[in-house]
Amino acid sequence: MTDLAQDLLSSFVVAEPQLNGSRNLGVVHLRKEALDRFEAQGFPTTRDEEWKYTNLKPVLKHDYRILLKGDDAVSFADIKSYLLSDLDTYKLVFINGKYSSWLSDATHQEFDVCTFAAALNKYPDIIAEYLGKGAPKGDTFVDLNTAFADDGAFIRVKANQTVDKPIEILYLTTNENGPAFSQVRNLIIAEQNAEVQLVERHQNIGDQPSFTNFVSEVFAARDARVSYYKVQNDADAATLVDNTHVVQKEQSNVHVGTYTFGGKLVRNNLHFYSAGERAESHMDGITIIADGQTVDHHTLVDHQEPNCYSRELYKGIYLGKSHGIFNGKVMVRQKAQKTNAFQQNDNILLSDKAKVDTKPQLEIFADDVRCSHGCTVGQLDRNALFYLRSRGIPKREAEGLMTYAFAADALEYVKIPQLEKRLNSVIAEKLGINLEFTL
Amino acid sequence: MIKINNLQARVEDKEILKGINLEVNPGEIHAIMGPNGSGKSTLSSVIAGREDYQVTGVSIDFEGENLMDLDPEERAHKGIFLSFQYPVEIPGVTVSNFIKTAINESRKGRGEEPMEAREMLAKMREKTALLEMDKSYLSRSLNEGFSGGEKKRNEIFQMAMLEPKLAILDETDSGLDIDALRIVAGGVNKLRSADNAVVVITHYQRLLDYIKPDFVHVLFNGRIVKSGGPELAHELEEKGYDWIKAENA
Repeated sequence: MTDLAQDLLSSFVVAEPQLNGSRNLGVVHLRKEALDRFEAQGFPTTRDEEWKYTNLKPVLKHDYRILLKGDDAVSFADIKSYLLSDLDTYKLVFINGKYSSWLSDATHQEFDVCTFAAALNKYPDIIAEYLGKGAPKGDTFVDLNTAFADDGAFIRVKANQTVDKPIEILYLTTNENGPAFSQVRNLIIAEQNAEVQLVERHQNIGDQPSFTNFVSEVFAARDARVSYYKVQNDADAATLVDNTHVVQKEQSNVHVGTYTFGGKLVRNNLHFYSAGERAESHMDGITIIADGQTVDHHTLVDHQEPNCYSRELYKGIYLGKSHGIFNGKVMVRQKAQKTNAFQQNDNILLSDKAKVDTKPQLEIFADDVRCSHGCTVGQLDRNALFYLRSRGIPKREAEGLMTYAFAADALEYVKIPQLEKRLNSVIAEKLGINLEFTL
Repeated sequence: MIKINNLQARVEDKEILKGINLEVNPGEIHAIMGPNGSGKSTLSSVIAGREDYQVTGVSIDFEGENLMDLDPEERAHKGIFLSFQYPVEIPGVTVSNFIKTAINESRKGRGEEPMEAREMLAKMREKTALLEMDKSYLSRSLNEGFSGGEKKRNEIFQMAMLEPKLAILDETDSGLDIDALRIVAGGVNKLRSADNAVVVITHYQRLLDYIKPDFVHVLFNGRIVKSGGPELAHELEEKGYDWIKAENA
């Protein structure tokens, strides 16, 4: 067992009585059982099939502080650049895992945009109904989070409601005082025919290493529509393990877009459970990383019911000595006839030292389905580059134009223009190009 | 305008061009004909600056400057245009944004201001009309899903927009039916002036019925083995290339 795992186990003894929800017997049991499972399993190593290409050892060795305190010294000016400035949104801001009412803007009337901590006490029935029902028990990071997490975003949109503006969720970690280990949790419930848009970001302030173990459970009831955008552009020493689990009922439509540009190591475990007929699941993303960065996308679509559609499109651009991993699993259960599943992962290596491991994984138990998948790893096409240059477009701009064009179709489903603009400017910055041309 | 002096090019150990001499003056149309594998496309690529060839001991003088020192984009800024035999498909970049970027980068390269949006739009309208292209072309991804004829028309549209001094048309007639050929050739003819020049590379006389050359050169085995007036093209059409091959065996 690693030192960090030992630290976590002993910290739990201290923390447990103070954790939110400690008066709720159900939650107490949930935490204790989860911790037991974590104790039995510990952190994964590269010997685990699911972690074969991603070595956690270097990021687990730091002496992380585990029980973090809030930080009142953070001002709006410090966080402004991490929010969509030109758009009116609800804002939920957490600092070191504690809700900051000072920095947040969650005034609302009809729907619940509040904190996980408050919900633990306020809505014991809802917590009992949903908490831990999306994210699988036995996943070691999920279990660890279940044991410790006592705050995060709680969003419940009641039947037939549409949230009038996007909700931004910002998780900040300040780590001037040394490496920090943070565990936060979302619970997002869209009831029948409800609609909500979410923009989420984890951000570390400071140069010290940080480790965020995050769980997000999303429940989309019949006809609900959820757009969930993840902007991952964290500091160089930050590690993020994002466990997002989406449970969909009949005719619901959920899109999760993951845009990864920063951090030392990002691991996304994104799972969709298609548990109602004619549900639509969309997941797409762009990854642009450089020297010393690793991004690992592990996705699952679990088709459990007939007539569902899933679409998965991940684009990766790798510079310097970076490493990308894509493992996309599509499961079609016997009952899930007429499933239509599409999966595509395309990568461009812009450096000789960059590396990509890509692995589509299809498990199909129904006989009347349509499943397509593909993956490509390549470089920019020399012919195309010459073509652009022969028209007067300089090499650098030509490369940028082609790289951008390669990535851009993964932005097609972004429904918030300001977010799309923001993503475009980050892409241009990461590729070192001027995106004056509007494509 | 352009003076090519003893141009030699090879790919690895294979010699493709073995000493080409060619001079083109403003207002002239030259046709370069020759059988497959004679080096026609290599010649056009080397003039445009493709880097896949080893080019040795030569100069290509373009208006007093040696092109060999310049990148492809710099050559384009000077006014050289190559219409590709196989235009490349670039998904995600629309024709209009591509041409805007090309025009304004070329202007920047020459130290000029970008073109006004209104002027750009008017020009695009004019040139699409010239080539009988539907406006919807402009919002399509560059060459993606274009038919052979549409791709070639799109090449000449770009030529019309960029207004080069020297246009090299590499097998622009291949893949065109007779109507498309007429439109493309008509476009090229309307763009002619006393200040620009055109080099037409083709297998067949057919295109030369529409774009009438002042000079015809026969390229064989990496060398220009015969030059003459338009009558040479007719002779080739009649007799094929065998007599050229026999003469130069």
